[in-house]
Amino acid sequence: MKPPPFEYHAPSTMAEALDLLAKLEDAKVLAGGQSLIPLLNFRLASPAHLVDINGIAELEYVRERDGGVAIGAGARQSDVEDDKTVRRICPLLAEALGQVAHPVIRNRGTVCGSLAHADPAAELPAVLLAAGGEVVARSVRGERRITAQDFFKGVFDSALEADELLVEAWFPATTGPFALVEESRRHGDFALAGAARSGDRLALFGVAPTPVLADPTDPSHGLSPSGDLEATPAFRLHLVEVLVRRAFAS
Amino acid sequence: MIRVNGRERPDPTNVRILLSDYLRHELGLTGTHVGCEHGVCGCCTVLLDGRPVRSCLMLAVQAGRHEVTTIEGLAGEGKLHPIQQAFHECHALQCGFCTPGFVLAVAGLLAKHRKPSDLEIDEGISGNLCRCTGYASIRRAVRRATELSK
Repeated sequence: MKPPPFEYHAPSTMAEALDLLAKLEDAKVLAGGQSLIPLLNFRLASPAHLVDINGIAELEYVRERDGGVAIGAGARQSDVEDDKTVRRICPLLAEALGQVAHPVIRNRGTVCGSLAHADPAAELPAVLLAAGGEVVARSVRGERRITAQDFFKGVFDSALEADELLVEAWFPATTGPFALVEESRRHGDFALAGAARSGDRLALFGVAPTPVLADPTDPSHGLSPSGDLEATPAFRLHLVEVLVRRAFAS
Repeated sequence: MIRVNGRERPDPTNVRILLSDYLRHELGLTGTHVGCEHGVCGCCTVLLDGRPVRSCLMLAVQAGRHEVTTIEGLAGEGKLHPIQQAFHECHALQCGFCTPGFVLAVAGLLAKHRKPSDLEIDEGISGNLCRCTGYASIRRAVRRATELSK
């Protein structure tokens, strides 16, 4: 068996899930599993408990709210990508989803799971930041809204507390020109660098421990991206300049 | 109970078992191939309620509420599904290791787009790796499958 030992919980309501998260020590929420299951398979993660939220029907929704779109924690990326409300109100999100991994991965992966995972090279956190969106976190203690700017804390690190469930992401309406551009070694891979544009706002990803807001006229100002086998820091800075030019030319 | 290829099958023996390992080791359905086991190669693709997903990125226990279709269940006994027929006609396989995953990914693609554009074909099979580099014939097979599926 590849995943390390864990106790499996499959609540069927949100209230049950929140009770479990409040009660259990070292629990991890399992949503689409497209990041968490590989981490378990490699034994890079070994939580004592998995709280599987896939059976919670009340979290599977996409709806219009406060002039934007609210995406429930159970909504699959492929369903959100094809959703008419999303395409009408927040085309930037639909555009970005088309570039998240591959269609088969998106059939299972969730929008909220990707945000909670907080991968600095992922598209959706940058889209939430560029659009000025927020997430809704809930626990038995109550509910709070966290803006994108306050949510992403570091590499795979967010403002979510251990007992909180990210129940909804809210993306404001896309107004004005938008773009999601990225460069990766292979189609569908995590980006070496990328840019999300929503009107005049710009967020970069893959170049810092979290997605970052940047000035479109001087996007690499203050950036010091890390280097790895796939790209040097200098190459990432070069990509930022090129990608931002493309994002604002379209 | 888990429904696999239209039959009720026993629950996995352990909650830690991946769907891919459950299909192969507990049900003997070895047509589901296991390559990278972290969602990159696409060999383990199966249909979950008709939509292609990676069986190595799911726990078997999560399939409990769903209908799983593996390559063995795509066509009737002794028959070829139009997509399999198309792969056969277009020489869209060499070693065959990636083929079950490709066929099921294409099944998902054609369920969504009855006549996919070249771009949609490339996007639809982009998550599957063929190390024999048979992509050109695989693309041809997808187009042929749309004709055979009419």
